[in-house]
Amino acid sequence: MAGLATSFGSGAMTNPINDVNDSELLFLTGTNATEAHPIIGYKMRQAHRRGAKLIVIDPRRTELAEEADYWLQIKSGTDIALLNGLMHIIIKEDLQDKKFIEERCENYEALEATVAKYDPEYVSEVTGVPVNILYEVARLYATTKKAGIYYTLGITEHICGVRNVMSCANIAMLTGHLGKPNTGVNPMRGQNNVQGACDMGALPNVFPGYQNVNNDEIRAKFEKAWGVALDGKVGLKIPEMFEGANHGTVKAMFILGENPVLTDPNSNHIRSGLKKLEFLVVQELFLTETAEYADVILPSASFAECDGTFTGTERRVQRVRQAIVPLPGQANWQTLNQMMIRMGCLTNYKHPGEIWDEMASLTPSMAGINYERIDKDGLVWPCPTCDHPGTPILHTATFSRGKGLFQGIEHVPPGEMPDQDYPFLLNTGRILQHYNVTTPYSAGIMTLWNEEYAWVNPDDACELDVETGDRIRVSSRRGECSSKVRVTDRVPKGMVWMSFHYTASQTNAVTSHILDPTSGTGEYKVCAVKVEKLAS
Amino acid sequence: MAVATVTIDGMTVQVPAGTTVLDAARSIGIKIPALCYDPDLSSVGACRICVVEIEGSRNLPASCVTACTDGMVVRTDTPAVAEARKAILELLIANHPLDCMTCEKSGTCLLQKYCYEYGVSSSPFQGDRHEFAIDDDNPFYVRDMNKCILCGRCIRACEEIVGRSVLDFSYRGFNTKAGPFMDTPIRDSDCVYCGSCIAVCPVGALEEKKMIGKGRPWEVEKVRTTCPYCGTGCVFDLNVKDGRIIGVTSTDGDVNGRFLCVKGRFGYQFVQSGDRLKTPLIKKNGEFKEATWAEALNLIAGKFKETKEKYGSDAFGALSSARCSNEENYLLDKFTRAVIGTNNIDHCARL
Repeated sequence: MAGLATSFGSGAMTNPINDVNDSELLFLTGTNATEAHPIIGYKMRQAHRRGAKLIVIDPRRTELAEEADYWLQIKSGTDIALLNGLMHIIIKEDLQDKKFIEERCENYEALEATVAKYDPEYVSEVTGVPVNILYEVARLYATTKKAGIYYTLGITEHICGVRNVMSCANIAMLTGHLGKPNTGVNPMRGQNNVQGACDMGALPNVFPGYQNVNNDEIRAKFEKAWGVALDGKVGLKIPEMFEGANHGTVKAMFILGENPVLTDPNSNHIRSGLKKLEFLVVQELFLTETAEYADVILPSASFAECDGTFTGTERRVQRVRQAIVPLPGQANWQTLNQMMIRMGCLTNYKHPGEIWDEMASLTPSMAGINYERIDKDGLVWPCPTCDHPGTPILHTATFSRGKGLFQGIEHVPPGEMPDQDYPFLLNTGRILQHYNVTTPYSAGIMTLWNEEYAWVNPDDACELDVETGDRIRVSSRRGECSSKVRVTDRVPKGMVWMSFHYTASQTNAVTSHILDPTSGTGEYKVCAVKVEKLAS
Repeated sequence: MAVATVTIDGMTVQVPAGTTVLDAARSIGIKIPALCYDPDLSSVGACRICVVEIEGSRNLPASCVTACTDGMVVRTDTPAVAEARKAILELLIANHPLDCMTCEKSGTCLLQKYCYEYGVSSSPFQGDRHEFAIDDDNPFYVRDMNKCILCGRCIRACEEIVGRSVLDFSYRGFNTKAGPFMDTPIRDSDCVYCGSCIAVCPVGALEEKKMIGKGRPWEVEKVRTTCPYCGTGCVFDLNVKDGRIIGVTSTDGDVNGRFLCVKGRFGYQFVQSGDRLKTPLIKKNGEFKEATWAEALNLIAGKFKETKEKYGSDAFGALSSARCSNEENYLLDKFTRAVIGTNNIDHCARL
């Protein structure tokens, strides 16, 4: 998000999901849509079968990689080199959109100077992609009118995640594939309301609607509405909070509906931080690994028990409706409201619609959205007034920041690569049937998919003397876990791939401690591990 | 765009050239029965129930695969049309278990609906009947091919919408059967249990296992909501009876239409899991003890105030949630910034 916000001024999907339908070229990088975003994956497949070209960049042979016109099996963590290489060819062959660059963007010289160094031979060596394929893909993307980039965590979960994103922005600006239907740079959000949580200001630097906490005018507006003085200093990000907890500067925490022990990288560090807190409150559906550390657990109501809204990846605000009585006896907004009242904030909300309206009154980009308007189909922000139809495509006339910002970005190798002691590269992700941490509580799903299978290439399997179904121990410099093996050539030699859905195989005890320095995102996609066969 | 003017049952309508007679008729409110037709899928003209009379045509064409031409005159309600449809229904139910009283589909079954409309209660045709084994050796589907009318919607949905082509017709003639390659049970196939086949099945051949026996359609309240899994924003109906969720069914989301994935369609069970926390818990001597809301909230308010006074506001941190609603996130945001007085709030957007 920080990446696109820097390049464009707004960190969200630029185009709507249904733009996939009429695309002529889908450029997918670091996304396994048929498993992680199945409905979008269906649409991509349909578009491809109707004739759209499909380019898939992924070290794993995903389902869409199998069908793609071009599958670029890059070495993990070489996205910037690849994109720079493609831009190098586009400029060399004079295929860039000069009018768009001239009128809509700035700092082009910096990009040109940087990508000049990324000649195809060098890029081929770094990424493992043959030179002729680099040429073909660069020409195809630059010369296809309706060409959109789609990515997910394969781009962001790297030490250079933000720079990967800015490289995607660079190539889209270079070719003018922005601000028009069926184009754009489209990060597909992995969670039902990750877009909304960002939009609501669940971030240390911004109030709702990405309004900076260190802007005096904006802070004055919120101070007036909330009736208190507010701090103008940017707060702590998650990794900094746990750093603070470990060092004794953060003493108390409230954790709402997250399970960092299972899902955050380098979980032993999270556990030790939680242990050191003087007071921890966790509001959760289940007694999770994180909740075990709490001093007080507040039971949560699920999505089926509360009225409210979620904002999907395409910025569409949609209704969520109470279908059954909350199992804990009250909805989450009531619990949070009661906690606020007990601490002196006396606003007594009667219905979530009132909470939305208060937020919208302070947030220009959502001021035109209310429950009545989104009763059936939802609205896509920015939607500044009640007669505004919403904005499915961003940056049509100008970028949110004015001009699109080109940046010269150099290739950064992953923070930890395989070596003699830890010779395998561990890559992680989601599988179709599971979703981080709630699906294991759905009996039907657990009947068929109830344990981890680490993917191992057949060549490696021979050397390790393992077959599908055998057990292995996967360990890194930070921790270890065990798993069954699936022998498959969907992963390249030297790579082990695991999900992180199962309590019995805590992959994130192993994953890297290295973070993107700007966003604080963990490098889940690359770390060095060793693999040992276990007696079955 | 070229336009065709057609007259249907005496009403004149202009439609874009290429529009089918069925779509043109439905656009002006004329009802034509259809079993194999589905607006989200290609049309195959298999079931023939949508036949109409067209002036100048020697037979009764299937309206779902007949394009309107300029000046076309169509009749949908003649005795010949009614007789043909009735005969098609009689042929279909000649080999169909007429167990509507216990069939899960009763009330939403198109075969039942059309038999009702055309007064067909039994078949004059007597012959062999299928005795297929029911395929229910999986947690999600019950596939009773004895009820299948071979409309092929499930096959087309699997191929055209989901792109997996797990299903197709096996065998020939009377033995024709819709199902996975080599007629294996679904569990042994490459099926990903997205339930699209169930969403399009017009009869009781494909059912959600967990919904069987849980309630009749008219007893169920459908609550339109947004999926709690990935960020696509699929919309579906939670089916509620007697205060309990009995399943998820398709509706008409802008993004997903009627289609979902295994998580959206079958992942709701966590809501009513026996493992859910229902009362606040306070840890005493290392063990969680049940507490009232008042006890828990008073303790929390007291402790957070104490932390703030003793160490300052910045000794507090809040993790909000990408799973929770906008309203919940806004409240925690306001709580952290306005009540505690720190900007230490974040969530897993960076995961």
